[in-house]
Amino acid sequence: MTTQTAGRAPAALVEHQGSRLQRLARTLGTPGGAVFILVGVLLAAIVATNPNFGEPGSLIRFIGRTAPIAIAAMGQYFVIVSGEFDLSMGSVVTMQVVLSGNLIGQDEARILPVMLLMFVLGALVGLVNGLATTLLRVPSFIVTLGTMLALSGLVLYLTGGAATGNPVDTFRQIGRGGIRDVPVLEIIPYPAIILVVLAVGAVVLMRRPWGRTLVAAGDNPEATHLAGAPVWWVKTRAFMLSSLAATVAGIILVGYAGVHPSVGNGYEFTAITAVVLGGVVLGGGRGWVLSAAAGAFALELLFTLLNFVGVASTWRDSVQGVIIILAVAAAGKAWRGSLRPRRREPSPVTAPGDPRPARTPATEPATPHTPGTSAGDSGPTQPVPGSTTGEN
Amino acid sequence: MSSPVTGRRRVPITSTGIVFLVLALTLVAGAVLTAMSGRNFFSPGNISAILTGTSILGFIAIGQTLVILAGSLDLSVPYVTSLASLLAGVLMAGQTSNIVLGVVVALGVSALIGLVNGLVVALLDVHGFIASLGMGLILAGYLGTNYKGSAGSAPRDFRLIGATNIGPVPVSTLIMLGCAVLVILLLRRTRAGHHLYAVGSNREVARMSGLHTATPVVMAHVLCSLLAGMAGLLLLARLSVGSPTIGSQGGYDLMSIAAVVLGGTVLAGGKGNILGTLGGVAIFAVMDNVMGVMEVNPFLKDVVRGVVIVVAVAVYARRSAGQRPPRFQKQSLTDAALQEAR
Repeated sequence: MTTQTAGRAPAALVEHQGSRLQRLARTLGTPGGAVFILVGVLLAAIVATNPNFGEPGSLIRFIGRTAPIAIAAMGQYFVIVSGEFDLSMGSVVTMQVVLSGNLIGQDEARILPVMLLMFVLGALVGLVNGLATTLLRVPSFIVTLGTMLALSGLVLYLTGGAATGNPVDTFRQIGRGGIRDVPVLEIIPYPAIILVVLAVGAVVLMRRPWGRTLVAAGDNPEATHLAGAPVWWVKTRAFMLSSLAATVAGIILVGYAGVHPSVGNGYEFTAITAVVLGGVVLGGGRGWVLSAAAGAFALELLFTLLNFVGVASTWRDSVQGVIIILAVAAAGKAWRGSLRPRRREPSPVTAPGDPRPARTPATEPATPHTPGTSAGDSGPTQPVPGSTTGEN
Repeated sequence: MSSPVTGRRRVPITSTGIVFLVLALTLVAGAVLTAMSGRNFFSPGNISAILTGTSILGFIAIGQTLVILAGSLDLSVPYVTSLASLLAGVLMAGQTSNIVLGVVVALGVSALIGLVNGLVVALLDVHGFIASLGMGLILAGYLGTNYKGSAGSAPRDFRLIGATNIGPVPVSTLIMLGCAVLVILLLRRTRAGHHLYAVGSNREVARMSGLHTATPVVMAHVLCSLLAGMAGLLLLARLSVGSPTIGSQGGYDLMSIAAVVLGGTVLAGGKGNILGTLGGVAIFAVMDNVMGVMEVNPFLKDVVRGVVIVVAVAVYARRSAGQRPPRFQKQSLTDAALQEAR
């Protein structure tokens, strides 16, 4: 089996064939690449209706405005690519916003300790989500729904449902300030810098063993477990990253929107929409982290375009709904299409352990590989059924 | 609340049995707590209040069970509920003669929305989460643009549905239970019901066995939206005006999914039943009622709900993982390969 795989390897990896340009063109054909084209088209359309938007100064401000949702989308990406959901993101944002308002107040000396506390709490929420999903085997949809209810209820209970406190201006500068007097751009907003740093970090992280394992765990948790990876811990860390991303988004949002218990409302669904728009497949195993961020930009650009064209803001939701259905339908077709040539290869020696199965793990095909003997004695190495972690 | 259940893990008891065990525990706890507040839990008034509390979430959760059994999800239900209440309210406009028209149009539009959901899920192969989230957003945009506030009014004859009681049992709850019986018959006695389970548990196997995999999914979505529409009509009967935010205020999308899963239905589809869902809905209603009697802060209610959902589902998940007989355990591809290698 190993010799077969080795002999097949050079021919199998279509991604590594052709010139750099050909490979780029092929990438743009996938849903994860197409979202960048979408961003370009939307940007061109906006500049066509309102040339002012194309100036570097307003573009960089737009990037700063979109940064929190893009950061949240990248956090959600980690969870979705591992085959799970994080619905608690919006309440984490709310929690952090309210915390910063109540605890920092007008005292600059408290900024650092409170921020530290916020990050610790964020990581803790992610840890609880992750452990309940992986060790208690509750579907992540239900776990994060529970955390969402519990957290938002707790926050509203503690604040009485009204806006309280206002953090000192130095803290709010993180969200609304920037480096001034830059030659072409006038200003580089801090959120844009944070976004770039986190994006680079996320790309590096996804190229490291942890990122590779995470995608593998999303594609086929059982195979990943048998390969010796601690799937539960890998996924738990994804949940922690998601909650930490929500924390960062919350800190930035305090600067923009101020302190209010409704600041994080609906953030989880917006983030999931952005991730899905970026061509990341729900159910896990496919997609690129920067495509998720690009999905957030596409969404915001779309709203901006609708604004400029003069569509009533109440229709925003409808347009968002149509777009995500169309995007996912198109992406589904494209992913399936991209797999087709592989099957027509001259020597299709597909061993059962083919690393890239043609289907998503959600639909485990009942292939005729029947076990030789009865499955009664599966021994101590019984695999953890990862399918209990809520694909749908 | 759940510790006695974990103790019985070895006893062969169905998951629906556990649901009703938990419900019984909740009832006992509720009775004790209510008695401590100096009230009678089993007074006709209180029982009627609890049953009223089950009816609306009950309608939606029954529909949601069908969709989840088929391996999909429906997040658009709150908007369908709002839309149905508005359409019927505006069409009736206080005239008794318009009741039939209003009901038919509201249910027809609801069914149409379900049909679109189902077709998008089944034919375009879009994940139910996304398809119904998108549909919900589309409806939210429509509602937000065309209705600035409450609209329409229900005639008195129609309002009676929401107000009449037979003994301590409200008529609305009876209608809900009637729908539940019909759906149970559909699932247990008809070919369509069996196909629904088959498609939900493994679509590929169902397809290879010669089923039309699209039909059960579409049917489930249509019925789910229809039941959500009925919930909207019931809300109209209670409030006597249609409201564009009534559905999303209730959080019926996530609460119905929580009730279904609390009722022992597997979120991935193919396993579960309506009785369990009714138990889940009743657990929520009793919890709400007890916390209302004890005058718990409404925000803390959400905290309790969230914790109960996660803990209860954790109990089922542990149990079902430990108890499945070995011959039904799906042997994985990789396992088979390993065994052959030995």
